[in-house]
Amino acid sequence: MSEHFENHDVNAGHTENEQHIVSPKVYFLIFLALLVGTALTIGASYLEMGPWNPVVAIAIACIKATLVVLFFMHIKYSSKLMKLTVGAGLFTFLILVGMSLSDYFTRAWGQW
Amino acid sequence: MEQQNETVSFGMWLFLLTEIMFFGGLFTAYLIYRNWYYPAFVAASHTLNIFEGSLNTLVLITSSFTMAMGVWCAETKRHKGLVWSLIATLILGLGFLGIKADEYHEKYVLHHIPGTSFSAEGFVHPSDEAIKAGEKPLAPDMAAKTEVYFSLYFAMTGMHALHMIIGIALLCGMLFKAWRGGYMNGHIAFVENFGLYWHFVDIVWIFLFPLLYLISRHQ
Repeated sequence: MSEHFENHDVNAGHTENEQHIVSPKVYFLIFLALLVGTALTIGASYLEMGPWNPVVAIAIACIKATLVVLFFMHIKYSSKLMKLTVGAGLFTFLILVGMSLSDYFTRAWGQW
Repeated sequence: MEQQNETVSFGMWLFLLTEIMFFGGLFTAYLIYRNWYYPAFVAASHTLNIFEGSLNTLVLITSSFTMAMGVWCAETKRHKGLVWSLIATLILGLGFLGIKADEYHEKYVLHHIPGTSFSAEGFVHPSDEAIKAGEKPLAPDMAAKTEVYFSLYFAMTGMHALHMIIGIALLCGMLFKAWRGGYMNGHIAFVENFGLYWHFVDIVWIFLFPLLYLISRHQ
């Protein structure tokens, strides 16, 4: 009988839900990481790195955005369905942007 | 209930993905034109106020943090914490728009707003201070292309600011309800989804800031 109740415990889903609450400590650490990232990207922009300047700037921005999505937007703690949806969206986005840019950037290929 | 909660944030994420595609189009246009009119984009980028841009990044990241704390307070049913988090987010959001307005005013003074009053004169004949800082004069036809840069600048930061204004309007309504004791019964889908929206607006700025302000700084 007791086993029967355990299997149909109405609080079972609730306790699992509680685990999704991200603690303020995590939020604060991510906040600090974002501040460090901002300082790094400003500092890096004053260094002469030739073609690597935009690459470094966009790479730091991507890392910061990933931290926001994973922790502030709770994707790290979400179900597989949510992770897959966000991943598929970003993948489609990268195809659209990447294909458009590779077309425009290679039109004058070899003419410089 | 678990499934209902997930459905709500799933729908919000689908909306945010369409928003990502929308801003992605603007970013792509920016990168293509930057590649075409590179010297004009470098010179125009140098006229942006890097201090105000950095300050705005700081303000927006902090507002994202206070909003995340607001979501936590709603989840753990902390009435005072939620109200104060939302007030802090509101003040920081308004601060961002204030700094942005000051930057727009600077563009107005310098005739850098695209349209009939636009003038690329400062790029053809840079001031003595600009030349001392290493600015090179542009040929008139290339200098005219700085208008493309400023068109994209206003389109991108303007759309971002519009999202901020909509967010602030929603935030005011949410703050009013929270102040009256709302969101303490576990029904916090609105707070959570507003949090997602606010963080998304933050992400857009995380990309706008380096692309518009920083990317050509060293030259």
